[in-house]
Amino acid sequence: MLLRINGKEMLTPSKQRRRAQRRHESQPAGDVFHAVADPTRRALLDLLAQGEEPVNSLAERFAMSRPAISQHLAILLRTRLVRARRVGRERHYQLQPQPLEEIYDWVALYERFWTNKLSALGEHLRKRS
Amino acid sequence: MKRDLRFEAVYPNRLEEVWHALTDSRSLADWLMENDFRPLPGHKFHFRSKSRFGMERLIPCEVLVVDEPRLLSWSWGDEGSVVTFRLKAITGGTRLILEHTGLKGVCGLALAWVLSHGWARKIDRRLPAVLARAASEQTRDMGIG
Repeated sequence: MLLRINGKEMLTPSKQRRRAQRRHESQPAGDVFHAVADPTRRALLDLLAQGEEPVNSLAERFAMSRPAISQHLAILLRTRLVRARRVGRERHYQLQPQPLEEIYDWVALYERFWTNKLSALGEHLRKRS
Repeated sequence: MKRDLRFEAVYPNRLEEVWHALTDSRSLADWLMENDFRPLPGHKFHFRSKSRFGMERLIPCEVLVVDEPRLLSWSWGDEGSVVTFRLKAITGGTRLILEHTGLKGVCGLALAWVLSHGWARKIDRRLPAVLARAASEQTRDMGIG
């Protein structure tokens, strides 16, 4: 089936689903910036920094439903900031700080930008004097 | 929570020369970026830069403070961070302090959070090294190290 609106091809619902599925699979890892921009997720990472915890005890500490917490954990899992492992019937979450290096790299970029500009200013002043 | 960046540089030039380089549109274009800056508080302007792929990037800014010849600040970008330059005449030249404050949004928050946490040991170990390296490069580039 082909849908067209204003000459533009529209995706049928089944095509939309397949495309979304493909997108999801091809997503290598979530965006770390997006992951840590949310205060709940930062609080979760703070808790996990003190040690591994099962999802239930994590959820107890937030004024939020368990599905909501699971959703946040899913985002953190996707960015590989946390890892889940099965302990009996529970899922325990562990912090994996490695992807935070991406943020560190951003800091370095900003540092470099102004450092370069200030040395360009030095060069500019040298030419002028 | 720390979300500010601070840089310090010393130039062997007179205070007035450095001030001119910071407030003259053509000078700014030479060392910072193309712009339509004018040293008037409230003046809205843009910095223009071209990326490696030829895409033009516009940074909307607004002049906040012009206190000749010591203090100059403008807002930077849509997220409302602020860039401030402070100048001071010292023996043999001028000291410039540049602060980029109020970095908000995703990046600013992430930065603030990372900087306020001691537990990300790997980052902790590497960040000071980067800052030290940046500082020494800066010193060397400016011929004062």
